[in-house]
Amino acid sequence: MSALIVTLLSLSGITTLLAVLLVLADRIINNYGEVEVNINEGKKKLKVKGGSPLLFILAENKIFVPSACGGRGSCGMCKVKVLSDVGPILPTEEPYLSPDEKKEGVRLSCQVKAKKDISIELPEWLFAVSKFKAVVERITELTYDIRELRLRLLDPLSIEFKAGQYVQLIIPPYDQVKESVMRAYSISSPPSQKDAIELIIRKVPGGIATTYIFEHMKEGEEIEFVGPFGEFYLRPTSARVIAIAGGSGMAPIKSIIMDMYEKGIEREIYFFFGARSKADLFYLDFYDELQKKYPYLHFIPALSDPKPEDEWEGEVGLVTDVAEKYLKSLPPSDQEGYLCGSPGMINACVKLLTRYGISEDRIYYDKFA
Amino acid sequence: MGVPINPFVLMFAAVFTSNMVLSNFLGMCSFISVSKELKTANGLGLAVTFVMTITSVLNYIVYYYILVPLGLEYLIYIVFIIVIAAFVQLLEMIIDRISPALYINLGIFLPLITVNCAILGGALFLIIRNYSLIQSLTFGFGSGIGWWLAIVALAAIRQRLRENDIPVALRGSGITLIIIGIMALAFIGFSGVLRVQ
Repeated sequence: MSALIVTLLSLSGITTLLAVLLVLADRIINNYGEVEVNINEGKKKLKVKGGSPLLFILAENKIFVPSACGGRGSCGMCKVKVLSDVGPILPTEEPYLSPDEKKEGVRLSCQVKAKKDISIELPEWLFAVSKFKAVVERITELTYDIRELRLRLLDPLSIEFKAGQYVQLIIPPYDQVKESVMRAYSISSPPSQKDAIELIIRKVPGGIATTYIFEHMKEGEEIEFVGPFGEFYLRPTSARVIAIAGGSGMAPIKSIIMDMYEKGIEREIYFFFGARSKADLFYLDFYDELQKKYPYLHFIPALSDPKPEDEWEGEVGLVTDVAEKYLKSLPPSDQEGYLCGSPGMINACVKLLTRYGISEDRIYYDKFA
Repeated sequence: MGVPINPFVLMFAAVFTSNMVLSNFLGMCSFISVSKELKTANGLGLAVTFVMTITSVLNYIVYYYILVPLGLEYLIYIVFIIVIAAFVQLLEMIIDRISPALYINLGIFLPLITVNCAILGGALFLIIRNYSLIQSLTFGFGSGIGWWLAIVALAAIRQRLRENDIPVALRGSGITLIIIGIMALAFIGFSGVLRVQ
């Protein structure tokens, strides 16, 4: 019996001793003291405790760099230009950085740790980003797998954004999901509406965020989001707008179109909306109405695979083929491309639009990843 | 306790004549997996040497000053593994602080040093062979250096082989095992120099 006790005691003794040593070592080795984060050459200086990733340091200081994965280094969205030397590019960053970005010192802020004073450059719009608390006011089923959420702001009470920008919804932990996740969704309501935003969300089978939104979210519950983000908005030119979207890619384009209508912008808009069959279409009546009031808008829904019972009389074919048909017959004019959809669709559309004389720097898009 | 072998002879022996990996075939897993790049191999070799040197001494102390007085010699395996694991944790923190790139490059193999059988093997050898504290230190250090030397040599060979035309069936671990075999043969040449058990 005593042998057993001696064994247990000495084993736990040794283990405890080692654990204490490790904790002490952690205190000493991972202590980087206070470091300074210098943003945009002195525009803002943060004094922070060193050692943690830049993304978290910035978030703690109310600067929300976009991130979809929450700092795990798997989305590649939290790119930040680092001006000071923070060591070589890590293998975890490698796949997300283009050769040009590497040359400029762009890094993933979730992988770069602030171990000493560091200076970084952030785009100006990032400072307008903040965290919002909102209540889910209305959930509308647009199709069998697309929902529209209307979020009424609680704190702060209003939001300023450009039509086309997106926010990141913070999905709370639920069921087996133990950590909250962030997912980006474009705002579909116009910027003139400041006290609420609308999002159009398509269900992703097995998706952490959309499973929550489709199966757990109830009207009246509170939710948080961060935003607005993004460089996808209408450029102030007089060029003809060629917009192409599919599915929930409708959201930013709808916001842009409503914004143009409200401001009375006299630019021609061709909006090609791709879907498989009639069951995947939504907002047809809305655009019918809008076209009557706003003659510059041409809404062209295209079905790639219409069912016989759809009795579809509109355009049939891939949205790119339908768009090409129109592009061919339109009188020549200065044009800009606005795209939102799956990466495959975007790539096909970029190819198409460049063929019709729109240079790549005038094609703007939001790619779903 | 102790056998009358000069500690430095012991160190030399651990490096060459009874090389951990090429004579005792211990620590093969990471030896094969992390020998693709010279730089990473070098880093792991350094880490293994460091861990082996220090844990040899630590394990010696734990064995003779804690386990033997308490009559708990049978706990040797579990206690040695705990000591090694704790020390590897410490090493992880240090490497992350000094060289994040090496930290990421070593990846899973850094924590896996814990279960690198060369390290546990080294610690057990020094108990079985009744080495003294100084002998344990030089033996641990020598074993580590031997492992380091072997993995760096292997990585260098593999890097050169990369451009060569190797039969499809032998690519990857196949050719690596053949190389290791030939390296082991070469190291047998040292075994005539001195015999240490």
